[in-house]
Amino acid sequence: MQNHADMGDEVDQVRAILSAVPDPEIPVISVMELGIVRKVDHQCVEITPTYTGCPATTVIETMIREALDQEGFENWSIKTVLAPPWTTDWISDEGRQKLLDYGIAPPPKGDGKGTLKEPSKTHCPQCRSSNVEEISQFGSTPCKALMRCLDCAEPFDRFKCI
Amino acid sequence: MSPQLKNQLYELSVRLGDDALILGQRLCEWCGHAPSTEIDLTLSNLGLDLIGQARHFLTYAGELEGKGRDEDGLAFERDALDFKNCLLVEQPNGDFAQTIARHFLFSTWQLLFLEQLAQTNDETLRAIARKSIKEISYHASISAQWVIRLGDGTPESHDRMMNGLDWMWRFVDELFLVQEGIEDVCENIGLDLSSIENEWRNKVAATLKEATLDLPADRKGIFGGRVGHHSEHLGPLLSEMQSLPRTYNDANW
Ligand SMILES: [Zn+2]
Repeated sequence: MQNHADMGDEVDQVRAILSAVPDPEIPVISVMELGIVRKVDHQCVEITPTYTGCPATTVIETMIREALDQEGFENWSIKTVLAPPWTTDWISDEGRQKLLDYGIAPPPKGDGKGTLKEPSKTHCPQCRSSNVEEISQFGSTPCKALMRCLDCAEPFDRFKCI
Repeated sequence: MSPQLKNQLYELSVRLGDDALILGQRLCEWCGHAPSTEIDLTLSNLGLDLIGQARHFLTYAGELEGKGRDEDGLAFERDALDFKNCLLVEQPNGDFAQTIARHFLFSTWQLLFLEQLAQTNDETLRAIARKSIKEISYHASISAQWVIRLGDGTPESHDRMMNGLDWMWRFVDELFLVQEGIEDVCENIGLDLSSIENEWRNKVAATLKEATLDLPADRKGIFGGRVGHHSEHLGPLLSEMQSLPRTYNDANW
């Protein structure tokens, strides 16, 4: 029988493990920073998909499983939950900074409730100019749009808000 | 929940899952064939959203059915007569304008429907609906933008958009009968569809007006998808979609 202190330790350890599991499509940020880990408790990790059709969802679950098993947490389970639905507002501040450094314009905070139609305040990740245009509503993945900076001429991805 | 209601809930989940699955499969036929890279990416990604939604609805249907069939079992092991999608989603892609017409008419309805489904008391359907609304509001918006671009474009694109809408118009009445035969469970979970036909007609009329397109003339609607009576177009779609798992029934990722 474990006491409460041990269980608290376990949760912290699992959180640390998850902080080192990268998003398979944007490996600079972790699944924790992306906000898809909803709960770490009672020997269960709850995750939620970004988009229902996101092909990375299964990969993410497999990667989390492997990371947990490797560190001796084989008895922990992984559960996928749909409600409440994921929003880009759940991407952490550190996650947003890492996206920007990686060359992806992060979604502005608080825009999650709006539509994907009219992106607000997109800045070029290279030169920070706001003089940008959209090239394609879908970029390298469904969650990103392809943009171009009209000042430095660099193309870049913009994370869409949902 | 009584066995009869549970059976109707299964039926509702299958109808919604099949709508999403068949339309998703249709859109993916464009992959590599669209008029531009942007459109290619768009159509495939819209299809991907729908297939993701289909997985959730069909997984739930499989649980309700209780015969051990999962999402794959339902998607790949049923024949055309057992599919319960509406006729609109199985209609052929035609040209780009015809595909856009189908998507505009369907996703405008689907968004209104999901908004109602998101308010029911069935926890699973409510969660799937709330998740899907974020995606389908984009579908409704992007397809409406294309209707306007093509309708208010060149004489050629205007005519094609009108022809696409004319082709699909026979199948819209069926959308508003999604609850037919399963009214008891719809009432039980609190699904209120009384206002969506009016809202749909208003939204469609407003977009067509902006697109300088006439509302297609009313004609006799064609029905049958919800009871498995499909058009000749569903069979070939299924034979392609199901060929691999049916040929190698132990196939696995
Ligand atoms: Zn720039």
